Amino acid sequence: MTDVTTTRGVGGGVGTDAGRPDGVPKVQGRFGFSSDAFAEGMLWGRTLRSPHPSARIHGIDTSTAEQIDGVEVVLTAADVPGTPTFGLEHADQPVFAADVVRYQGEPVAAVAADHPETARRAAEAIVVDYGPVEPLVDAEAALDADPIHPDGNVVRHIRIVHGSPDDVTGDVVVECEYEVGMQDQAFMGPESGLAIPDGAGGVDLYISTQWLHVDRDQVAACLALDPEQVRLTLSGVGGAFGAREDVSLQVHVCLLALRTGRPVKMLYSREESFFGHVHRHPARMRYRHHADRDGSLVKVEASLWFDGGAYASSSTAVISNACSFAAGPYRVPHARVEGWAMRTNNPPCGAMRGFGSVQVCFAHEAQMDKLAAALDIDPVDLRLRNALEPGDRIITGQRITGVAPVRECIRAAVDLPLPTVDADGNVAPVTLPGGTGRTADAEHVRRGVGIAVGFKNLMYSEGFDDFSTASVRVEVGPDDEVTATVHSAAAEVGQGFVTLAQQIVRSELGVQRVQLRPADTVIGSAGSTSASRQTWMSGGAVQGACDDVRRAVYERVAERRGVALAGARREVLRLDAHGIHHVDQGWVVPLAEAIGDEPVEATHEFHHANTEPLDEDGQGDAHVSFVFAAHRAVVDVDPELGLVRVHQITTGQDVGRALNPRQVIGQIEGGIAQGVGLAVMEEIVLDGGRIRNPSFTDYLIPTALDMPVVDATLIEQPEPGAPFGAKGVGEPPTISSTPAVVAAIRAATGIDLRRVPVRPDDIALA
Amino acid sequence: MTELDTVGDASVSYGLRINGRDRAVQAGWLGESLLYVLRERLGLPGAKNACEQGECGSCSVLLDDVLVCACCVLAADATDSDIRTVEGLGDGGRLTDVQRAFLDEGAVQCGFCTPGLVIAIHDLLDRRPDADESTVREAISGNLCRCTGYGRILAAVAAVQRERSGD
Ligand code: FES
Ligand code: FES
Repeated sequence: MTDVTTTRGVGGGVGTDAGRPDGVPKVQGRFGFSSDAFAEGMLWGRTLRSPHPSARIHGIDTSTAEQIDGVEVVLTAADVPGTPTFGLEHADQPVFAADVVRYQGEPVAAVAADHPETARRAAEAIVVDYGPVEPLVDAEAALDADPIHPDGNVVRHIRIVHGSPDDVTGDVVVECEYEVGMQDQAFMGPESGLAIPDGAGGVDLYISTQWLHVDRDQVAACLALDPEQVRLTLSGVGGAFGAREDVSLQVHVCLLALRTGRPVKMLYSREESFFGHVHRHPARMRYRHHADRDGSLVKVEASLWFDGGAYASSSTAVISNACSFAAGPYRVPHARVEGWAMRTNNPPCGAMRGFGSVQVCFAHEAQMDKLAAALDIDPVDLRLRNALEPGDRIITGQRITGVAPVRECIRAAVDLPLPTVDADGNVAPVTLPGGTGRTADAEHVRRGVGIAVGFKNLMYSEGFDDFSTASVRVEVGPDDEVTATVHSAAAEVGQGFVTLAQQIVRSELGVQRVQLRPADTVIGSAGSTSASRQTWMSGGAVQGACDDVRRAVYERVAERRGVALAGARREVLRLDAHGIHHVDQGWVVPLAEAIGDEPVEATHEFHHANTEPLDEDGQGDAHVSFVFAAHRAVVDVDPELGLVRVHQITTGQDVGRALNPRQVIGQIEGGIAQGVGLAVMEEIVLDGGRIRNPSFTDYLIPTALDMPVVDATLIEQPEPGAPFGAKGVGEPPTISSTPAVVAAIRAATGIDLRRVPVRPDDIALA
Repeated sequence: MTELDTVGDASVSYGLRINGRDRAVQAGWLGESLLYVLRERLGLPGAKNACEQGECGSCSVLLDDVLVCACCVLAADATDSDIRTVEGLGDGGRLTDVQRAFLDEGAVQCGFCTPGLVIAIHDLLDRRPDADESTVREAISGNLCRCTGYGRILAAVAAVQRERSGD
């Protein structure tokens, strides 16, 4: 563990591998996840969902269900007291379907009963009279199809015209169509929550989510309550990855609790979880790249069709990202991009790690390899030649004012050593493609190497006033130790913000003992744990609160000592290892003495720099900051069986500054696992709008045997304007790892793969 | 009252032996899994419920020293067994070497998979102290983790192996 000392000589500050405050309870099984929540006398809630992707509802009969022993209440759309719909950006999704259902799994009714099995049986006993309708399941066909929702089938259309795309062509042109399947976030902790009525018409909800305050606002609107009557507290979150940004059971469980007057717990099974949250948008993308003979990109043309499923969720922002980053982290003087987020009767899609960049990165990186082949240039050299640099513009016309170490990322990924082949040719059978179960013939196995580069934005874009609130309170405990307490509504979903919050306070105030209050809606919003934004935004809020606390302490000491702070040209007091130090006079007041029995507390609201909406040509300074990464993958393929094992992934990642290097590595390895999953195994298989594989038996995520060795280089170039110079690190590993793996499979097999995940058939039957 | 069977019609009371202590289950429904009974009736939520289909290992416990998925065992069927859960590890709240290594190596993120992995790794290292890396990967391949990509978990296993062998 690196141990950098902080202001007052305390350990565990910014830049160290400080340990997680929730680590011990987590390894002991004592950490309280939302699925562990319990209240005396609680009921169990259960949702009834539509088996049809598209249907009219002619009637619902709940009478049998209501008569079952132990059933307390059965609710349908008629029981929703407030706004009948909810949604992250547009309230277009019914709490319960009333007259139509638009996707398989849409909630139709909910039940509360004294045992989960009773609740399940009661839900099954509800009789719904459906009139099935032919579902609309193709995003492009949706453009001319009859609207399946009053808001129409086009959720958002964006057009980017950059430079003079009509006036230029390249010497070399490559074009192709690509497809990305529907990926699931597949967090481990299932959706769950406990709602407790407060007896005065309001409700307390203990919930795993990514953003407490938007959940609260949606619940309050649907329940016709004031926001103050709905209090949310974050319960332990078992992973999120975007899937907890939308409301799932929040409204249902609160409604059941208020109607029964009793605590109600809801917990999705894994199968229900596949129906209960949004997924990554499947995409169809047509690309045409133009380049000069020397390999300089001239123009990129793309049309992007993203299937948003039945409801809007965050589709508008996802398609905006897809368009902004459609050309990749390269200098592209001319571009024309059309992006469509469409409504269909497929499962709703929204946020997932990488948010729009993942899909286009798969396509633009395949294009770069095609271009390299057409030009007979090394794929790495082609990328280095075109790599964005600080001061360049991306295709939305925005100039990069921060750091952009694209070349450094590429070089780091390709400079790390390739895996050695065992001299005797001995390989453990479990490490062959397919593992021990379907052992590939070692002699047929071919190795391939591929690289890819990607980028995306940090924080919210297009003029969204994104902010985070945090308070820090410093007091002297009964044992005479100074203690700091941080309060923030930032959702800890596993990423480690709680660790950073402690580190920041230690560094800023030199207080070793830092406690964290539970995240709740008592304090102001911290914004969402998404868009790789909490390190910057809530880190900035904690740092700002520390600043305010320090200033208040200085003022207190100055007043007691008769020192004038106002008007001083330079620093008069300084917090150092011994306390508050007068820079010229040399005296010191220990921090504990300065605080005494009057705690100091400050609340800070942190905003990032303003952004602006995109104009009609898709141009504008819409993003706050950008983050880059490159990946090199080494794969082994058995071409006859179509089986792939990813052997090694090396990466260079732009991190600004690593505030906790060990946690950064954890994010990189975990993000790569999801990228590998999308490359070779993860897909929600749809058939006429129906999910065919809603279980971990059939939806496969990488196991310890599937994961390659990961070797990462952190590129540390502090980002101007970012607290501590740090960039968020969660998403980049998931963006270019997928295309790197597919490039390696192409290299091993010579097959022109245009779709992820790559299935055994795509190789064996090619 | 309807014709339907109710859960209450099939309830029984029985005893389980968990972490060396006898525990009584009062009027539990016969269909309840060991996982449900541990978590919801006995206040032992350490074993987790990520799939309840035997696919993820988050509910791993030891049944007569055999690693099982508690979601796939009927509680009323385990009355003659010695059950050990993550709550029974360590001595008086002290961390085991595996738990300590998870913290030191950064193997914990959301932590949902962690109790199951800790149990599975204790089991593995008790049986195969010198397991090589591919053996370790295979042994924990029934424990899904969505956050870490397993890199830090494998590092934690290696750290315990080094420490136990006195390196
Ligand atoms: S919960 Fe038992 S194996 Fe997943
Ligand atoms: S740490 Fe989250 S599932 Fe493993």
